[in-house]
Amino acid sequence: MKFTLKIWRQKDSRSKGKFETYQIDNIPSDASFLEMLDILNDELIRKGEEPVAFDHDCREGICGMCSLHINGRAHGPDEDVTTCQLFMRKFKDGETIWVEPWRAKGFPVIKDLIVDRSAFDKILQAGGYISVNTGNAPDANAIPIPKDDADVAMDAATCIGCGACVATCKNSSAMLFVAAKVSHLAHLPQGKIEATRRVKAMVDKMEELGFGSCTNTGSCEVECPKNISIAHIAKLNREFLKANLEA
Amino acid sequence: MVRFIAKTTVGQKFWMSITGLFLIIFLAVHLTANLMIVFDDTGRLYNEVVHFMGTNLFIRIMEPILALGFLIHIILATILTLRNQGMRPEKYHVHKLGHTSAWASRNMFILGLTILAFLTLHIINFWVKLKFGGTGTVTIDGVEMENGYKMVSALFSMPIYSIIYIIAILGLGYHISHGFWSAFQTIGWSDDKWRKILTGCAYCYAIIIAVGFSIIPIYFLVK
Amino acid sequence: MIKLDSKIPKGPLAEKWTIYKETQKLVAPNNKRKLDIIVVGTGLAGASAAASFGEMGFNVKIFCYQDSPRRAHSIAAQGGINAAKNYQNDGDSIYRLFYDTIKGGDYRSREANVYRLAEVSGNIIDQAVAQGVPFAREYGGYLTNRSFGGVLVSRTFYAKGQTGQQLLLGAYSALNRQIAAGTVKLYHRREMLDLVVVDGKARGIVVRNLVTGEIERYGAHAVVLATGGYGNVYYLSTNAMGSNGSAAWAAYKKGAAFANPAYVQIHPTCIPLHGEFQSKLTLMSESLRNDGRIWVPKKKEDAEAIRKGLKTANDIPDEDRDFYLERRYPAFGNLVPRDVASRAAKERCDAGYGVAPTGLGVFLDFKYAIERLGKKKIEERYGNLFQMYEKITGVDPYNHPMMIYPAVHYTMGGLWVDYELQSTIPGLFVAGEANFSDHGANRLGASALMQGLADGYFVLPYTIQNYLANEIYHPEIDIKTKEFDEAEKNVKDKINKLMSVKGNEPVDHFHRELGKIMWHYVGMSRNREGLEKAISEIRALREEFWKNVRVSGSADNLNPELEKAGRVADFLELGELIATDALHREESCGGHFREEYQTEEGEALRRDDQFMYVAAWEYKGEGQMPELNKEPLKYENIEVKTRSYK
Repeated sequence: MKFTLKIWRQKDSRSKGKFETYQIDNIPSDASFLEMLDILNDELIRKGEEPVAFDHDCREGICGMCSLHINGRAHGPDEDVTTCQLFMRKFKDGETIWVEPWRAKGFPVIKDLIVDRSAFDKILQAGGYISVNTGNAPDANAIPIPKDDADVAMDAATCIGCGACVATCKNSSAMLFVAAKVSHLAHLPQGKIEATRRVKAMVDKMEELGFGSCTNTGSCEVECPKNISIAHIAKLNREFLKANLEA
Repeated sequence: MVRFIAKTTVGQKFWMSITGLFLIIFLAVHLTANLMIVFDDTGRLYNEVVHFMGTNLFIRIMEPILALGFLIHIILATILTLRNQGMRPEKYHVHKLGHTSAWASRNMFILGLTILAFLTLHIINFWVKLKFGGTGTVTIDGVEMENGYKMVSALFSMPIYSIIYIIAILGLGYHISHGFWSAFQTIGWSDDKWRKILTGCAYCYAIIIAVGFSIIPIYFLVK
Repeated sequence: MIKLDSKIPKGPLAEKWTIYKETQKLVAPNNKRKLDIIVVGTGLAGASAAASFGEMGFNVKIFCYQDSPRRAHSIAAQGGINAAKNYQNDGDSIYRLFYDTIKGGDYRSREANVYRLAEVSGNIIDQAVAQGVPFAREYGGYLTNRSFGGVLVSRTFYAKGQTGQQLLLGAYSALNRQIAAGTVKLYHRREMLDLVVVDGKARGIVVRNLVTGEIERYGAHAVVLATGGYGNVYYLSTNAMGSNGSAAWAAYKKGAAFANPAYVQIHPTCIPLHGEFQSKLTLMSESLRNDGRIWVPKKKEDAEAIRKGLKTANDIPDEDRDFYLERRYPAFGNLVPRDVASRAAKERCDAGYGVAPTGLGVFLDFKYAIERLGKKKIEERYGNLFQMYEKITGVDPYNHPMMIYPAVHYTMGGLWVDYELQSTIPGLFVAGEANFSDHGANRLGASALMQGLADGYFVLPYTIQNYLANEIYHPEIDIKTKEFDEAEKNVKDKINKLMSVKGNEPVDHFHRELGKIMWHYVGMSRNREGLEKAISEIRALREEFWKNVRVSGSADNLNPELEKAGRVADFLELGELIATDALHREESCGGHFREEYQTEEGEALRRDDQFMYVAAWEYKGEGQMPELNKEPLKYENIEVKTRSYK
């Protein structure tokens, strides 16, 4: 297959970036999008140009490291996948493909297509945990948890922290990410104890770090590679209201 | 609670929702009153309703609260929108949201502004006149009251006004189609099951409002 | 010659760990504050260790090359984690888990370590549940289990097909809590490039800041390496793209012995290779073997027709299907250990029965399970795995069997450690896949997560204190000493050397070539001639690399090519050590299969009289043959038998 690529190039966080155009040919349809970029980079290196920098690691859709806004969509034109599991057969031969980094105030560009997502770590550091020290946990079966609660918690916990929700949201809101963690822990008896403190701390941190508010457009759940429902945002809202009524 | 409203967007959104739901209830009352106009082309029924609305104690008390509701809804919307505008300093070259979200959900502020513009016109044309005179009076059963019917029929005899009215009402319908369920989502009353019910209700209600209010200008145009 | 002292505590096997804990030295709370620990790697072992150290009151610095600790490759583990809880009342016990692990490892691991692992396994589950890990549950609200290859009980806990992710997020949340508390400081996008040894003790590391390109130094009273395995020597593996052996290799060059490098696990259920450009292989969880049946056609002509696309799997009637694992190993069937399953697949494909277009693939069929349990149940168990398979291959596994083939997955070998997980360099501890300790010559499924967390939560927090108790007299580590200068200079010299070659071939070219050599000669099946060839080819490739590699960009900002180049340079040396170890071990055991040593039925033939030892290789300088040190293995609590899954 053959493509025209318009790729965002930016030397570092201080420089101004711009789109560069690349022509690429002989791409197998069962190559992944990142493998296509590997092929492009191989060509660039051989030509003596600097290859395109992009984040990636596990290449099996779970580490959350790969990003890329492809043809206007976070993780590109396939449903429920990360960019590493997007295959070129999803594109038309000869198509022009725009490749941009995640764009959000909370995710500044570091280089080319790589952005800094450490804001997500900071939000979780603010309260995305259960305060239990190593070594003194009671037996795992001491507290039975209804299967339905455990399943909902699991659905929320599948978040990979890739940032597609922020990237696609017209407000660059991080609500789905924050809600996934709040909801995961609030559905478990172990997590309920700190629920009040947690939701306030995490929401405060989220706002401090420069993410927009949620206007319930629902784009995030469509682009989320793990299909996390915005029902978890309602859960966060509920938890937040409860926490503030209690206070 | 003060901190809750003042400091977080989640809190601000909560009050947006509460005021929004309040305005949605108001619209139901408003529409019911309005529709009286089509059931009696002598205008007597409508004038009586207008008089009742203007003199009833409960409605009198609700009026400033309603105004406050509007005000909070508008101010918070402006604050939130301005804040959100700053959250993506560098825009995307291509950003496709068409099939991942509803048009109305992405344009609530624009729709809101449309409604606000119309509201201003509406207040000047109806409310101010009804309140401070200028519509002429009519006497029904020995009670002298503002002749609202005459004013309405005069306004809707201008096709341009009717068209503006219908466009604004359609905007309102769109605004509600998202706002209705979104309000429930924001106050936390939604999950995967409820979302289906609430979005269904939102569309139904939006259609009722849009069609209901549009009946009046159409009624006068046809008449 | 290094003295290998495994420091196994005295006493009966079941009491060794208790005795150790009761008699070890402790550090007083006021002194903990004054002691620094460096942890490299944020996977299960690294994150859990750092969080635990932080909770105890030590000052911890933790490093990862990714943008966040949550990206570490533990996240990709799918199937589950073993624990001897016996919740299913199916006869499981600590001893049985210990026994299964030793047997699964083909009697090449250390009894005391493995017993301790089995002993603390239950606590891991308790800890994870307390952290909010949403393991799968029954309707009654209690935890559920599944079974895994190589065992006869159900002891594997799981969270859908994302168990590694959930456990890592649990450890990561504990780590976050400590970062917020200020006891742990996180350094992300940093890659460790050298270890600093002062007066014979590990005292710090030199790292490259991957964003700015700056070379930074950090000192500590002890260093913990939790940097994972070296499977990427093979280029194509199920490891993450960034997984590398450089930290361990740097430690090896500074005097830490490297044990059993030849023990590499080839996982039987991966999606087959499909093209030259391919960058990695994707694992399909071994848990699929619980309900999937593995087969190839009985007739060669059917296999050929499938390869050519003239027939599909569904055209082959049941009587023409060869369920070769069930045929060869009736007792364990599709649930034989990984090494056995992988070799069996290779045997069928080499004999001409492979079904992928390349000839390298076998079927994993769910038709029978769907008939038995219904589609809904299968979807509940493996839904996300099926979806992943379909996304990658475009084939719907509900209607057509999956195609699988073995791929490099895990490395049992690693830095040699004693009972305390301390390497041959005092003060350098190694945890998780990076050490060699618990899996012998083959790891059982769902045991990697168990080992990583056991090391981090339950072993290191004790054993590191035993070392640090003697370090309280040592003030803060000075990073301006000549040892730090020297390490930094080494690192900078290597970077400059890489940048200045300015050859014609990109780094990936060399990595791919290395991978081919490794896979062909040091893969699932090895022989003397091939290994000797591999060694000479690796040497030639290494020479070519340093003459002809092209590293674009510059060293003073973010440069993924430079990162790769450094890692591949190390792989080119490590690959030779793997081959050297494989050549010296003239027997077949676990993941190490030497064609010269097999039974008449083609099963692995161990030579316990000569090779029942850990091979710990000692670095002797560039271009020198490393020296072999042997730690004999003694089995006092288990009868050494020929491994049989028939």
